[in-house]
Amino acid sequence: MTRADVLIVGGGGAGCAAALFLARRGASVILLERGQVGSQATGVNYGGVRQQGRHPAGIPLARKAREIWSRLPELTGTDAEFDPCGHLKLARSEADEAELLRWNAIAAEHGLVTRMIGRNAIRADHPYFSDQVVAGSLLAEDGCANPRLLSPALARAARSAGATVLENHAVTALSHRSDGFMVEAGGTTFAAPVLLNCAGFWGGQVAAAFDEPVPIQPLHPNMLVTEPLPRFCPHSLGVVGGGLYLRQISRGNVVFGGGRGSGDEEGLVTRPSATATQASMADAVRLIPRLAGAMVIRSWTGTDGTFADHFPVLGPSRTTPGLIHAFGFCGEGFQLGPGVGLVLSELVLDGRSDVPLEAFDIGRFARQDAQQA
Amino acid sequence: MRVAVVGAGPAGVRAVEQLLRAGIEPAWIEEAPDGGGRIYQRPPPGFARSHRALYGADAKRAQALHATLDALKPRTDWRPETLVWNIRPRDGVLDVVTRGTRPGEIRFDALILCTGAMDRIVPVPGWTMPGVTTLGGAQIALKAQGAAIGARPVFVGTGPLLWLAALQYAKAGASPALVLDTTSFLTKLLATPGLLWNTPTFLRGLRYTAALRARGVTIAEDATPLAIEGEGKVAALRWRDSGWREHVAPCDAVALGWGLKPEAQLADLAGVPFRFDAAQHNWVPERDAAGRSPVPGVYLAGDGAGIGGAEVAEHAGARAALALLEDHGRSVDLALRGHLDGRLRTEARFRAALERAFPFPAHLARRMADATILCRCESVTAGELREAARLGAPEVNRAKALSRVGMGRCQGRVCGPPAAEVLSEALGIPVEQAGRLRGQPPVKPLPMPMVAP
Repeated sequence: MTRADVLIVGGGGAGCAAALFLARRGASVILLERGQVGSQATGVNYGGVRQQGRHPAGIPLARKAREIWSRLPELTGTDAEFDPCGHLKLARSEADEAELLRWNAIAAEHGLVTRMIGRNAIRADHPYFSDQVVAGSLLAEDGCANPRLLSPALARAARSAGATVLENHAVTALSHRSDGFMVEAGGTTFAAPVLLNCAGFWGGQVAAAFDEPVPIQPLHPNMLVTEPLPRFCPHSLGVVGGGLYLRQISRGNVVFGGGRGSGDEEGLVTRPSATATQASMADAVRLIPRLAGAMVIRSWTGTDGTFADHFPVLGPSRTTPGLIHAFGFCGEGFQLGPGVGLVLSELVLDGRSDVPLEAFDIGRFARQDAQQA
Repeated sequence: MRVAVVGAGPAGVRAVEQLLRAGIEPAWIEEAPDGGGRIYQRPPPGFARSHRALYGADAKRAQALHATLDALKPRTDWRPETLVWNIRPRDGVLDVVTRGTRPGEIRFDALILCTGAMDRIVPVPGWTMPGVTTLGGAQIALKAQGAAIGARPVFVGTGPLLWLAALQYAKAGASPALVLDTTSFLTKLLATPGLLWNTPTFLRGLRYTAALRARGVTIAEDATPLAIEGEGKVAALRWRDSGWREHVAPCDAVALGWGLKPEAQLADLAGVPFRFDAAQHNWVPERDAAGRSPVPGVYLAGDGAGIGGAEVAEHAGARAALALLEDHGRSVDLALRGHLDGRLRTEARFRAALERAFPFPAHLARRMADATILCRCESVTAGELREAARLGAPEVNRAKALSRVGMGRCQGRVCGPPAAEVLSEALGIPVEQAGRLRGQPPVKPLPMPMVAP
């Protein structure tokens, strides 16, 4: 049996960052990852480092995470291609424009600086948009990064800080006794008084193993990328109401997504959807006519977990002392990952975090059930 | 029963022929404007060169295949200039785009994939310069367009196509500056007994070599290409002979190729598992001798199912169609089935000898200099891939994620095999453990709509 202070299940951004921050503070940490770190939600998403548009309950966590993005080189030796290029959210109607203004007022209360760009200015500054676009809101400190690089970079840094990161270690059994947790993975038994559930969509299975099942659903983002095109678009783009998000990386390729891919019941075999691909291509051309005829060279997807209320589960278990959940980030977890890891390390070592987590409490599902009954 | 056949090369033509004989009219999808495959590629309309001039010793086979193709097309749902860019195996749907603009879906209950092959290359310093192409590309330029890649080209690689392409260029009026074969004469000699399984083809190979020598073309065997040199375009090939002496061959074009690799991305998307074929040194989709894949309803034939050449493809195409018919309760011509099985067995022995005669020079890929561009779409060097190995990439897909190797326009169809060699050398593992790049749709670039619908 291998013992540690903290066991982490799941090597996405949250799990790897938790391993890093815990190890930096001297805790002994073992992270167990079924495949390779960053293979699922953290590795296959759009790469948005975005605070804009988040629910007010999630803004403090997003702000904490954003601070870490600036510190990535110092923490990991790489920036994971983080580019604070700004997130420009587009309005296609007056109602959309009102929605941007409404959110900007909330953001201001949290200290986030946004800039509205009106009809004339958006024509002048961004002539590549179609007439669909009537206004936009820019959050300049938002940006994007390369999702494939984040988890491997955090895992390498965690290892350097003394953590044990075990890939190809699928968890086969979980239990809790008075002296702590026993986790079997890769033919070995691991034991620790603290267990962090950072298992993404499969975090639902971990929670269920400790008698707190959650109504998690798989989410397979349908992602596309074009061949390199002449640079035209400096910001990461979104639209009010969602449905399309798009950015051009420095090499010129346009990365965009919208709609959903598909997956098997386990969520392990996923594939992009031809229907979603065609719909996203049409949406993108409608928004940016110059993309007509550009070649899409690749599409991909993976598995994230999502809940109907669009909040993740983040915080202590309601059934099992020592168990802390951090999973089901509803397609918005890439930016949060490093911040979630820091919050988890604080919950483990300090017993508290300065970020409000009430909205993310796993107990909310039991309360919702009770209300419905 | 709805049957779709993808590809109208030798395998596709013979598969469709058997389906029609059984009364099944398939949807027949071909990426090119017409059938024939790369081997018997037809010139565009208006070109008037004879079969003899275009296909040489293969003229009769080409003529027969074209005649069958033309007779079959009107009896099928014929879809030329149509790219199958995705397969939804569970729904039985092919996602297609025609002439780059018209999207569509084709539904199937059974599918025969005859997707052919492409050149297998080893990056040589300078290979991304204008004037460098593949052996197959050089041959098609001549065959289909009547155009030469250069007046004084160099041919580099190994395999029958090396000699054939060089001779075709010589006959067409070009002056090949050098034919550089990375295989030694001894290696080829040792494979001779096996090559006699197909004596006419074997003798033809000897004739090509002799004809090139007779024309005064410099021939180097057991030689190593070192670098393609030039300012902005090809000016010379620097190479080393078997005695480690360096030479410079002035030239205006270079054609490279070390055998072929299956174009098997559609089989991959259909869910067919792959295995590493050590003799071919290629990843090939799994199938039985008749062409049945482990995925029910999916059949594989021709070079896309493992390199065998055009003759094998014709037999395998017909055989896969018979397997499909039998699996769906149709009676088939047992004498034909027996004949095809016999031919395929004999041809497999010849092919095995051919692979021994012209082995893939894995060592050239493995020793690629750090500064050499490995992935030309993304400009990733061999050194950058080795760095991904150092960062912990245990196989090519993770190496792709970390280094961008294989992430570009070709999706690793060109750089995938040499990348696996570089990675396996860096990790000290056999090349099959380095894995293969997973197929992802679209299998080839898919154009965004010209006008948003």
